Amino acid sequence: MSGITPSQTVGPYFGIMVRGRLECRQVTDAASGTRIVIEGQLFDGGGNVIPDALVETWQADARGRYRHPEDAASRSADPHFNGYGWAHTRADGGYRFETVKPGAVPAPEGGEQAPHIVISVMARGILTRFITRIYFEDEPGNAHDPILALIPEERRQTLIAHRAGDGRYVFNLVMQGAGETVFFDV
Amino acid sequence: MDRQIATAAPRYRRVPSGVHPPEDPAYRSTVLRHPVQPLIAIPQTLSEITGPSYPYDAVGPVANDLTRQHPAAPIGERIVVEGRVLDENGRPVPRTLVEIWQANACGRYAHEVDQHDAPLDPNFTGTGRTITDEGGRYRFVTIKPGHYPWGNHYNAWRPAHIHFSVLGPGFLTRLVTQMYFPGDPLFPLDPIFNSVRDPAVRQRMVSSFDLDLTVPDWALGFRWDIVLRGREATPMLP
Repeated sequence: MSGITPSQTVGPYFGIMVRGRLECRQVTDAASGTRIVIEGQLFDGGGNVIPDALVETWQADARGRYRHPEDAASRSADPHFNGYGWAHTRADGGYRFETVKPGAVPAPEGGEQAPHIVISVMARGILTRFITRIYFEDEPGNAHDPILALIPEERRQTLIAHRAGDGRYVFNLVMQGAGETVFFDV
Repeated sequence: MDRQIATAAPRYRRVPSGVHPPEDPAYRSTVLRHPVQPLIAIPQTLSEITGPSYPYDAVGPVANDLTRQHPAAPIGERIVVEGRVLDENGRPVPRTLVEIWQANACGRYAHEVDQHDAPLDPNFTGTGRTITDEGGRYRFVTIKPGHYPWGNHYNAWRPAHIHFSVLGPGFLTRLVTQMYFPGDPLFPLDPIFNSVRDPAVRQRMVSSFDLDLTVPDWALGFRWDIVLRGREATPMLP
């Protein structure tokens, strides 16, 4: 066995790399499903916004299919939807993704997981990325979701995006302190 | 049903402790940006075992040659950096996106936040991108990055490094790290490098000079393999 290469911080200058990527467009006009916008801000333990974070998301299409060979349903995944989002936070610590609302996906023990988006945070001052999930407040499946069930009830709300009208959802990330977002070891 | 078969894919091994660095007060920016609550352990599901890819046909032919992205050649010592992306089981990771970004030869990034008093090079952007081949191999041609000061503590300087970003086959294999050069005198003084406590593990981030990669009369070669998380040996049932 070979040893895993350790993680290091993205530092303050990863913007030059992100700029060289294609424009972040997970969703084309032809993608099926409900168009949504997810936006929010990142905060540190002092209540300051984090203007230099790399936020990445991964999600299923509107019918809960991942565009990936290990999803046996991937052949019928929406060809007009990629599922990968990335963003450099703005000066106000904000990010914004235009996407479709994901469908429910299979759970490891059978049944389904509630619709969710996997999200990770990297930044200057973060040596190893932090992983969490975005759930939607208007999904009844949240009550039976096997991952949400692992989180102490008083902290579950930190993973719920709130409706703000016009297909917008607000999901803030608090890296530390009061209202600290739940992050996962997975 | 077919969805259940999909979720029977082998899980990824847990990352041994001591590999990925935790919060480190010596690196001051970590103090307010790391959670204080413990991480919550969750099982790996289809959401984590799958993961993103990038439109690979959109990666241009000179994207991996940082010395040919402008009308003239950049200033500095030209180098070749080559290696493989592997998993823990030693298997190559083919067709995955590898991206780099770095300072120029004078130790300055082409980024507006970097105000280090060193010249920018109009012929050097400092970003590259490539796709690994069937053997997991990647290759970049670039300029050896300079050392530069940073504000962490009095007289703080970073060892020369190139930032690497790798997607890998799944969301859990995603890795962003830094490649260092052998024998850098700043190693003992750098809190980011030393955030990886075990010297043997830390050494995995250091490339090696390679005469076979060195192109006569043209450029020194440095070899560096990147190892991502690998699968459990036996598939686990869902």
